[in-house]
Amino acid sequence: MTAITQHTPDALLAAYAAGTLPPVFALVVATHISMCAECRAAYESHQAVGGALLDSASEATLSDGFKSNLMAQLDLPMDQVITRPAPQPTAKAKGIYPAPLMEVLKNKPPRWRSLGLGMKQAILNADEGGSLRLLHIPPGQAVPDHGHNGMELTLVLQGSFSDETGHFARGDLEVADEELEHTPVADGGEVCICLAATDAPLRFNSLMPRLFQPLFRI
Amino acid sequence: MSEKSDPPLPLPRNASMLIDSYDISGHSGTTGQNTALKRPVPALSSDTDVVKERPPVSPQPTDSPPPNGADLAPETRWMLAVRDQRDKAAFASLFDHFAPRLKGFIIRSGSAGAQAEEIVQDVMLTVWHKAEQFDPHRAQVSAWIYQIARNRQIDLHRKLGRPLPEELKEEPGQEPDASQIIAVQQETQQLKDALSRLAPNQRDMIEKAYLGELSHQAISTQTGLPLGTIKSRIRLGLERLRHDLKGMR
Repeated sequence: MTAITQHTPDALLAAYAAGTLPPVFALVVATHISMCAECRAAYESHQAVGGALLDSASEATLSDGFKSNLMAQLDLPMDQVITRPAPQPTAKAKGIYPAPLMEVLKNKPPRWRSLGLGMKQAILNADEGGSLRLLHIPPGQAVPDHGHNGMELTLVLQGSFSDETGHFARGDLEVADEELEHTPVADGGEVCICLAATDAPLRFNSLMPRLFQPLFRI
Repeated sequence: MSEKSDPPLPLPRNASMLIDSYDISGHSGTTGQNTALKRPVPALSSDTDVVKERPPVSPQPTDSPPPNGADLAPETRWMLAVRDQRDKAAFASLFDHFAPRLKGFIIRSGSAGAQAEEIVQDVMLTVWHKAEQFDPHRAQVSAWIYQIARNRQIDLHRKLGRPLPEELKEEPGQEPDASQIIAVQQETQQLKDALSRLAPNQRDMIEKAYLGELSHQAISTQTGLPLGTIKSRIRLGLERLRHDLKGMR
């Protein structure tokens, strides 16, 4: 196994810790952190910054009885004392899919749909918050030449691909911004499976993919 | 991205062996591994001129006795008593320390008084109920509570919860490594000191970022905070979870 060489940039990790990353990107980052000890350590160092700020925050006075009321609730079950508790993740990693991704997949295999030329995609989210999908690219196949209106994060789960900026293998994350026009090509060997997220529609440079874009919701 | 693609640090099987000489002084006699550990790993830029390299701390003899419970920060001791003994008095002490700060912090990030107290209550109850997730080898109590508070504030505004990384668990029967816990504590203190030395406008920018007031595009990577050493230290804490890290690289 080779080391992960393309990591999550620090600004994204800080935004993820602070909770300001759009949900589709947050999912990609959570998935990457689940695969990459280096980025998990970096993420936790951002939590340490947040903790240091919390520890030096100015204190606000609590209302009377707040503490005794809270102490009296310690023996009650959590779901009785917390209003609308956040759903707890229950999924476990399976095969090439880390736990946060299995959570979105609801513990089921992806529902692949053909894109032609042997390519497939499984849409996990497509709304105003952005798109999140899995891509299945046969060895040697190129994803049509495209640019980005916003940011695109691509995390390799299996196989590898190369484009104008470099080579990406399992665990590597590519961050593409508006400046990058690229044509990712799956390398030989294994089918390349990626998790891709965008916060705005992609810009395809040739007519055919553009015509198919509404149909494929990419 | 290239700034983070340094080769992985050499991680000894027994990290505690390194601790005595790790980053405590610049005195000679360190091994190649120690030198690698001390190398500032650029993360958020460590080389802006706002925060200089930390001054060397006075050397400690490498045969100093291992740290004991008395060296742990009170918050860590309270939290471990809550986690391991379900100690309500310790929880009350944690409450006294964190609840007023949490309320101040949450008000600053935009929630008004009554709602802020609801969030403080939810966060402190989560601290009590999810205490088993606290791992002092990787985080100070403040860091752990910070993330709980941010998650809670986000979850209140979203239909779906914030996506979380897979949780890592310690292998059962593992002894706590006091020197690793102390080292995380020391690194956090260094971070606090660095924060206090920042120029006001820079500190303000960092507070905004971690309070969730800046978009990811607006977060500057030039924060002037030296995150490299604490990151390397947390990485060692993660190594304890090697069993669960098998699937990772």
